[in-house]
This record gives sequence, structure tokens and C-alpha cells, in this order.
Amino acid sequence: MQYLISVIDDKSNPGSTDRQPAISVFNERLIAEGYWVFAGGLADTDAATVIDNRGEQAVLSDGPFVESKEYLAGIWVWEAPDLDVALKLATEASKVCDRKIEVRPFL
Amino acid sequence: MSVVDVREAITQAHHEEWARVVGALTRRFGDLDIAEEAAAEAFATAVQRWPADGVPPNPGGWLTTTANRKAIDRIRRENKRDDKQKEAQLVYDNDPPEPLDAIDDERLRLIFTCCHPALAMETRVALTLRMVAGLTVPEIARAFLVLETAIGQRITRAKAKIKAARIPYRVPSAEELPARVSGVLAVLFLVFNEGYLATGPETDPVRHDLTAEAIRLTRLIRALMPQDGEVAGLLALMLLTEARRTARISASGELVTLEEQDRGTWDATLIAEGHRLVRERLVARVAPGRYQILAAINAVHTSARDIRATDWSQVVALYDQLVHLDPSPIIALNRAIAVAELDGPEVALAAVDRLEHKLAGYHAYHATRADLLRRLGRSQNSRAAYDKAIELAGNTAETAYLTRRRDQLG
Repeated sequence: MQYLISVIDDKSNPGSTDRQPAISVFNERLIAEGYWVFAGGLADTDAATVIDNRGEQAVLSDGPFVESKEYLAGIWVWEAPDLDVALKLATEASKVCDRKIEVRPFL
Repeated sequence: MSVVDVREAITQAHHEEWARVVGALTRRFGDLDIAEEAAAEAFATAVQRWPADGVPPNPGGWLTTTANRKAIDRIRRENKRDDKQKEAQLVYDNDPPEPLDAIDDERLRLIFTCCHPALAMETRVALTLRMVAGLTVPEIARAFLVLETAIGQRITRAKAKIKAARIPYRVPSAEELPARVSGVLAVLFLVFNEGYLATGPETDPVRHDLTAEAIRLTRLIRALMPQDGEVAGLLALMLLTEARRTARISASGELVTLEEQDRGTWDATLIAEGHRLVRERLVARVAPGRYQILAAINAVHTSARDIRATDWSQVVALYDQLVHLDPSPIIALNRAIAVAELDGPEVALAAVDRLEHKLAGYHAYHATRADLLRRLGRSQNSRAAYDKAIELAGNTAETAYLTRRRDQLG
């Protein structure tokens, strides 16, 4: 079972910026224990571009699809046997990242 | 066997076996939705068949087997067009029914799944009542004054989440249990309280079915965690409250306050068991949680011969401990009621009035004020407070009581 783990940051109250070493250690453990599928931090939402090609021609717009105080700052994909395992890891991840974490199952 | 006997046998089977059937099917098919629907169909089949065929010697086994067939039929119907392989895996389960004590295991697994912390509290309550207690959606809607469609949707969404997110169907490990059990206790306490002070103009003032189910499930958790202080505390609290159930409502359906209750009608067996649990926790010498303190308060009340013999200083001391753990204004209100007995209504009223901005929409706040004002001889203010309390109260017995007290004001 795979879960999308979203790291959520808050523009008005951002998490601390010194978390990378701790995140690397945590990633090592995820890999060693077989949970790690993929991970990546994301550039600022200002760097996003939205494309809508549902109509006659593609429309590009500058910025994220939704402007909000809270935004997606990074993701993991984990392989875990059930939600309890994913939530336990996510609880640690939130501490490690100093940010909120959303756990969402893939179909 | 008469029609009445058969009907009773079905009611009893529903009470005893519903959770087992839902649980066994959830374990087999990994899907609460299939389990619930098939269990409901199996009971509907029993209603059709048992009057003619007689009640089977092992009703639980019969119901589980029938529900299994219904579930397989549904899965076959849904898979008709796609892979034949899946279908081939589905064989009728001819295993002998689970031994009796396995019923409790099944019920526990269901409780922990339905009370999973990833589900919203109101969802947990609705799901537990449906899956574990076997209440129908209209019954749950009535108990919580929510529209049937809202309860139905809540349960449907919860089942979909459990399946999609793979919320496991198991009792948490010993290491996870302490963290998980508090969420379960909160659900059981809500169910109990709704039973004890049922809301709604068309509802019985006390829903014994809900209080009894909450006690039954709390006993089950206690069997799983006999050393846990809060589990013991909640069970004691429920027993000491339930013991006064019949004394609490008069023949005319009016609330009878603790002061006016006929203490001779309290259930001595339940009180003895509750007191035993409270003593057990005192001996344990571990700092008590809120259920244990609430149980201790109830133990003080149920130890007193009458209201005057109540050790109010002990009650206030316990409330002080509780306020420390739980700074909610409702606890502060209850503390003030005890203070009135110890230090008089004037001191209590001052404490109650300080809660106005937090509790102005809560009927008990106005009922407490009304009573204190009455005792202080301020009839006019008391009447206004009774009016407000009556307007906000949702329980029929409470409304009747408040109305009488208001009309007795000079």
C-alpha cells in the first residue's frame, strides 16, 4: 500500500530552516526499513505554472493553482502495510521536518 | 415456538451476535461496507425464515454463514464482468463457528477500528453505534438529533476511508494500546451520556439501550486492559451513574435531582461494584485521570445516606483536582454547585456568574443560576434564569422539572 506524504508549510508561520540534516537521517532509516519509495522538496509556489488545455487553446498562468497561506513544501511516497504504520512514521516526520504532514493513500 | 418467542430470539441474537457477524465478515472480506450490508441481510433473512423453520440451535453460526453467503453473492454480482480468478478464490466458508470467547475479540477489533484516531470524533461515535452496537441509522440519527441522511453519509464516508486508507482491522499492540484507548473511552463516554440524558422531544429521557451498551463495551475494554486506571475509572463512573438511573426520573417523567432521589431505589450491586473499582484505584496510588476523579466524586455521593450526609468538602477537593486536569467551564460549573453546599449559594453564584461568557448557551448554566437565585430569595431573577434554561434544555424530563420549579417560585 502506497501513501503520499505531504509536507505542509505555512507562509505566515514557517517551520525552521535547519531541518535538512535530521531529514537526511530520517530518510536513511526509511530506506533501511523498506518504507521509502520517493521523496523530494519543492521550490516555492511562486515558481509554479498552471496549464489549462481543456479548451481550444492552452492557457498558462503564473503561480500555483490555489493561493493559500498553507502550501505543499515537499512530498514522500511511502510503502507501508497499513495506515497505522504510515501514521506512526508521519508523526516522526512532522517532528523531523518541523512542519504539518498530510497522509493520503494512493488508489 | 410462539411468534413472540421467535421475535425475542431474533432480538437477543441481534444484541449478542451482530458485532460478531460484522466482525467475522470484516476480517474475511476486509471491507466494513460488505460486512455491514451482509449482516443486515442475514438478520432480515432470519426474520423471514425463523418463524417457519424455527430458531437454529446455534443462531450466531447460522447468521455468520448466511451473511457470508450474502457477501459472496454481492461480490460475485459486482465482479460478474471482470476477472474470473477473483471469483474462484471465493469459496463458501464451512468452517465451524468461532468459539464463544472469540465474539469478544471480534467486538474489540471492531471497536478499535471504528474509534480510530484518523476518524473525526462524531464519525467514531456513529460508526461504533452502527457496527458494534448494531443500531440502525435512524436510531443513531434520533439519538444525536441529526438528520438520517447526515448520519448515513458520515458512516458511508468513514467506511470508504477505512478501506481506501487501509485502517487496520485489529486490536492495537500492547505498546500502542495506552495511546489508542483514550479515544475509545471518549466515544464510550459520549454514548453513555447520550443514553443518560437523551435529547429530543420524542425521545425517552433515559435511553437504557445506549447506557447498557456503553457499559458492556467498557467492560470489554477493561478485560483487555485490567491495569489501566482510566478504563477502571470510566467503568466505575458509568456504574455509579447507572445505579441511580431509575431514581432519576419520576413516574410522571420528570427529572428528580440528587437531593430528592429515593436512595433506597439505587442499585446496590452496581454501587458496590463501582465503589470496589474506585477503591482499587485509590490503592494503586497513581495520579488519577479525569474519569477516575469523576468516579470518585460519584462514589462520595453514592456513599452518603442523604444529601446532608454528603462529604461536600471531599467533593469540592476532587473538583479542584479535576479543574487542574481539565480547565473546561463545565467542570467549573459543577464545582460551583458543590461549593454552594459547602460555602453557601452566594459564593457559588459569584463563581457561576464568572462563567457567563463561556456558558451562556448551555442550559445547565442557567438551571444552576436559577436554583442559586431561588435559594437566595431572588425570585424574579430566578424566574428569568429558569425561562432561559427551559428554552435551551433538550431533555424532556429536565424540561418538566425546570418548569415545575419555575412555577413554584413565589
